[in-house]
Amino acid sequence: MSIRWKSWKELPLGMVIPEPATSLEFKTGSWRALKPVLDENKCIRCLLCWVHCPEPAIERLEGDRVRIDYNYCKGCGICANVCPVHAIEMVMEGGEE
Amino acid sequence: MSTIVKGRRIGLNGDRAVAYAVKQADVDVISAYPITPQTIIVEALAEYVNNGELNAAFIPVESEHTALSAAVGASLAGARVFTATASQGLALMYEILWIAAGLRTTIVMALGNRAFSPNINIHCSHDDAYAARDTGWIQFFAENVQEAYDLTLQAFRISEDKRVLFPSIVNLDGFILTHSLEGLYVLDDKDVKDFLPPKDPVNPIDPESPKTYGPLDLYDWYIEHKRQQAEHFNNTLPIIEEVFNEYYELAGRKYTPVKTYGMEDAEVAIVVLGSSAGSVRYVAKRLRRRGRKVGVVSLTLFRPLPVEEIIEVLSSVKVVAVMDRSYSFGSPGAPLFLDINAALSNAKERPLLFNVIYGLGGRDLTPDHILAIYDRAEDIARSGEVKERQIWVGVRG
Repeated sequence: MSIRWKSWKELPLGMVIPEPATSLEFKTGSWRALKPVLDENKCIRCLLCWVHCPEPAIERLEGDRVRIDYNYCKGCGICANVCPVHAIEMVMEGGEE
Repeated sequence: MSTIVKGRRIGLNGDRAVAYAVKQADVDVISAYPITPQTIIVEALAEYVNNGELNAAFIPVESEHTALSAAVGASLAGARVFTATASQGLALMYEILWIAAGLRTTIVMALGNRAFSPNINIHCSHDDAYAARDTGWIQFFAENVQEAYDLTLQAFRISEDKRVLFPSIVNLDGFILTHSLEGLYVLDDKDVKDFLPPKDPVNPIDPESPKTYGPLDLYDWYIEHKRQQAEHFNNTLPIIEEVFNEYYELAGRKYTPVKTYGMEDAEVAIVVLGSSAGSVRYVAKRLRRRGRKVGVVSLTLFRPLPVEEIIEVLSSVKVVAVMDRSYSFGSPGAPLFLDINAALSNAKERPLLFNVIYGLGGRDLTPDHILAIYDRAEDIARSGEVKERQIWVGVRG
């Protein structure tokens, strides 16, 4: 989460997070070693990747197109695994695409 | 000691005295699982709820792990909560002990001190109290049934004080106190109500204002949370003493973190927890009549350890025997011995110390054992040498 406090002296009691939905600030994309890359031309818009993503880091767009949210994608590869037409390829993060 | 005592005198065993205090504390939730030797507490509370004397939710759970988990939820929701356990039950609660303290619940738990298995034993050791020593619970030790009653009432008040907000354990020696019938003074319900108004929760669970309790907390903030908890926990001592003083004004019985006998001029001293303090004091009194300079230090408050008071009473003594009703395998001493050593470690003067292991699994501690400990302490005072850092008393062979 973002830095709100300067010292342990200011923290809310009981280690609570005093407001909801702060997990949005926790960008887990940096954990990724393998990055899913979507080929839109192969995609048949079945939404299986959107259903299976545990994060969820796959956004559903208009016309059932999908987009991968790299801020939160941890690179687990489930989307590539469930894709029936192999439209998602896992490539090494930092390598050439 | 004041002679002005309020309330009336009745006879109860330790368990029933605790249950009576919990009823007078007008708790909202009791979440507990029966285990010897605390079973009578839970049974008595079930009776109070069943016959309408106590208006509380009694949650009969399937294990101690759940007993404490439900207690945590209820306490965070704003309820005054009580639970009780012993030995293996405390062991099964273990992970939740840390959570109850870290989330700043105000649960009060009675611990009918009982030995850990193996072998299965239902009698007194302090294994369970020591297992909880690092978890962030305030811990009191009762010496008799009156203290078990008084400390239970004071524990609620202390835990719920907004400058404290930590859970408390009231230790009472299994069978020696839990099942012994003693005369005690109980306060009038009205006086308890004045001393212990309804809980005013701090930041309780509220659907209108969602919060996250116990979330993932990694290297970025975890250590700051622990640092804060440590500071707040260590700051509870003066507030505990403040409540002790208020209770004195109410009940006429004065509690102090450290209880001393003969320490004005003692050259050797025994440090002890729980019901054995009375036996040690009995022997010390007889020895002092014969001119021997012996003293007794017993701790009513075990966590936070009253370090300054310990330094004050013990640093000028020649030899200290620290008695532990438990054993720590592979350690140079059992927990109370380690604590007393650490407390004295930077004192300008410090005594020679040795550790006495006694009473495991309910083995009696006799006056002869205590006499032998004082004899040994005086021998060490004369020779200036501790030959054995740790001894066992009351063991065959």
